[in-house]
Amino acid sequence: MFIRPLLRMAPDNLNFHYMRGRILGLAVSAVLSLASVGLFFYPGLSLGIDFAGGIIMEVRTPAAADIAAIRAELHAQGLRAEGVQRFGEENSVAIRLEAQPTEAATQKVVSKVRAAVEKAQPGTRVVRTDAVGASVSAELFRDGMYALGFSMLMILFYIWFRFEWQFAVGAVVTLLLDVTKAIGFLAITRLDFDLVMVGAILTILGYSTNDKVVVYDRMRENLRKYKTMPLRELIDLSINETLSRTLGTSMTVFLASLPLALFGGSTLSGFAWVMLFGIVVGTSSSIFIAAPILLFLGENRLRRDTKEAVVKPAE
Amino acid sequence: MMYFSRLKTWTVLGVCLAGLLLCVPNIAPSPAGWIPWRTIHLGLDLRGGSYLLLEVDMNTVMKERLDSLGDGARQALRRAGVQRFVVSVQQPQRRLAVRVSDDGKQDAAMAALRELATTAAPGQRADLEFSTLPDGQIAITLSPLALKERAASAVAQSIEIVRRRIDGSGVTEPVIARQGDSRIIVQLPGIEDPNRIKELLGKTARMTFRLTDETANVTGAPPPGVDFLPLEGKGNQKVAVRRRVEVDGGNLTDARAGQNSQNGEWVVNFTFDQLGTRRFAEISRANVGHPFAIVLDDKVISAPVIREPITGGKGQISGSFTAASATDLAVLLRAGALPAPLTVVEERSVGPELGADAIRAGAIALAVGFVLVMVFMALFYGLFGWFANLALVVNLVMLAGVMSLLEATLTLPGMAGILLTLGMAVDANILVNERIREEVRNGRSPLNAMEVGFQRAFSTIIDSNATAFLSHVMLFAFGAGPVRGFAITITVGIATSMFTATMLARLFMVRWYISTRPTSLPV
Repeated sequence: MFIRPLLRMAPDNLNFHYMRGRILGLAVSAVLSLASVGLFFYPGLSLGIDFAGGIIMEVRTPAAADIAAIRAELHAQGLRAEGVQRFGEENSVAIRLEAQPTEAATQKVVSKVRAAVEKAQPGTRVVRTDAVGASVSAELFRDGMYALGFSMLMILFYIWFRFEWQFAVGAVVTLLLDVTKAIGFLAITRLDFDLVMVGAILTILGYSTNDKVVVYDRMRENLRKYKTMPLRELIDLSINETLSRTLGTSMTVFLASLPLALFGGSTLSGFAWVMLFGIVVGTSSSIFIAAPILLFLGENRLRRDTKEAVVKPAE
Repeated sequence: MMYFSRLKTWTVLGVCLAGLLLCVPNIAPSPAGWIPWRTIHLGLDLRGGSYLLLEVDMNTVMKERLDSLGDGARQALRRAGVQRFVVSVQQPQRRLAVRVSDDGKQDAAMAALRELATTAAPGQRADLEFSTLPDGQIAITLSPLALKERAASAVAQSIEIVRRRIDGSGVTEPVIARQGDSRIIVQLPGIEDPNRIKELLGKTARMTFRLTDETANVTGAPPPGVDFLPLEGKGNQKVAVRRRVEVDGGNLTDARAGQNSQNGEWVVNFTFDQLGTRRFAEISRANVGHPFAIVLDDKVISAPVIREPITGGKGQISGSFTAASATDLAVLLRAGALPAPLTVVEERSVGPELGADAIRAGAIALAVGFVLVMVFMALFYGLFGWFANLALVVNLVMLAGVMSLLEATLTLPGMAGILLTLGMAVDANILVNERIREEVRNGRSPLNAMEVGFQRAFSTIIDSNATAFLSHVMLFAFGAGPVRGFAITITVGIATSMFTATMLARLFMVRWYISTRPTSLPV
């Protein structure tokens, strides 16, 4: 452990024919992504208050929380709470209210909730308030989507600039498949989709691209090295050569995210679960999706005009 | 790739040392004022506090401009001898419509109205556009550019007043900044319940001193030039107040809460500036025995009778004050009036104990993740893994150093960003180690394998980090709030990890190679 490595991610001289499974891989991925798109429309994402607007207040009661009393008091104040739930510990309660028609109304509701919880259980303290008005949430949502869209574009252009177009298309199509699955995951788990989740999805995007770039880099190198090898074999060879690294990096990012999911607290654990899911999806898609797409797109092109493809300088 | 000149070696070590030094301000107090002492700021989600996003009501800004333009137009028309005219405000079209019914006075009226534009602030472009509507009315439209300028100055002025009000309320280290065209960010560290601040900011606090109309019957319709305003603290009682403002709150130089020496009641004592003193003296002299009204935001807070001329420029407002409300009114009066009302469009507040919980959870996750990654690297890459681990520790220090230098804000998502950075930083080492291993298997000598391994892995490292970097720059550009903290830790982390993983880890390997001259590599 101190000098020599004890373990290997993948055996040396691995010779696995990934491209044989390309149809299966693409089919499974397409089905999962289609299902995710379906889930996106029904039941849809559970939007966090960043994007939906509304109010979340977390309160700590002096003794074990009396949820029924809090509900009754909120009701008495004429407030319709979407959820009043125990939140982690015995004396911790999260109250969520939907978006109010105007900003001023939102502020009134916040004050009312403060008064209501104090009345329901005297000594209760409001430890967190998030109140987002309708106009702000619409803007946050728009900006979140901009961030996602522009990231995809930047990635497309970067890969286009650095590789041949087949690689860029392969990468972006794969990323789209990855992102739709992440959205499906959000829809199934009912994790709140908010700005932090956009951060998670962007990280998955960046990470997944990174993974594809490494495999693509090797393919490009091998295209130069083995001028006559059929593209299919060449792709298999490249994946085998980079498998240790692909798995190794996935492991480290996975290991870094795992403690966040387990004890990162309420805000971060959702984020981390999405990350963990994204890492698994991103790693497998590098092998089973990005490579087959390249094979389809480049079968004749990347081989036929070898000169052009090969001579193109790397730097 | 494997040759390090003495200069290069020292430069690499120097950069690492600089990173370490940059972290010092976070744990030690500044020794002297002239040394730049930059630290990482803790986000409100970690230290506890309130974040308010306020919006300046631009409709009011426009309405006030149109109203004052309307007054100006009426005066100008009267001066020009036009007798029969109607001036109406058409807010949706950003304009005034003037109907002149005197025959043959159209041109004179137009000429008089045009004067309004030239009397605008010198050096600015004309802020009014004149045209004739199909039905013969003259339209005076506010130009969008001028309106924008006015809005910008309204926001700037609001920020100044918000700052004064918050400073007056005793909150320490508030951050007040502009966001976009019409918004103001207010961060209040340590304030768990921002209600009092919201109330302070929710008032325009335009105070005016006006005369009352004693003849008016408050149950009927108000006569022209008179408003029926509610009397504060007296239920539905209304006071007939003349519209004409005699003295404005802008003419105050000071306002303090105090107690009346006779009955112990809470009052606000104020002092006028020179102009205010003179105006108030004139008015009080002319109206002895009559009541006047002190009006705050369309509510009469007091309507005392003038017993004798007040010439000293000092006065006292009494009403139904408590200690807190008198203090708050004094703060408001000292700070001045907002040009337009502010509404809270977003509020986030976190109590300090919740912040502490978040820090604890984040720190545990960070420590466990760090250890897991290090153990993984040691198990799978042996000695070179340990070099990577050492570089990883330095990376963490440098990340903290650069964030201190940038005075960046560490948020809860930012802590997640640090952890992910750690996981991704070793990617470069993994790439290099795998490559070296491959080259060894291809039969290269140890030095040659290391040389080629670094060389070949380098462009891959650049490519893979560049894409991750770009997507997080986008998140920083478009994101808001704590998620920007995430974007900043990741972008900075990617940059520092490029340095530690390729330069520092390589330096370790070279030094190790020179001192041991191994015949085979531990890969």
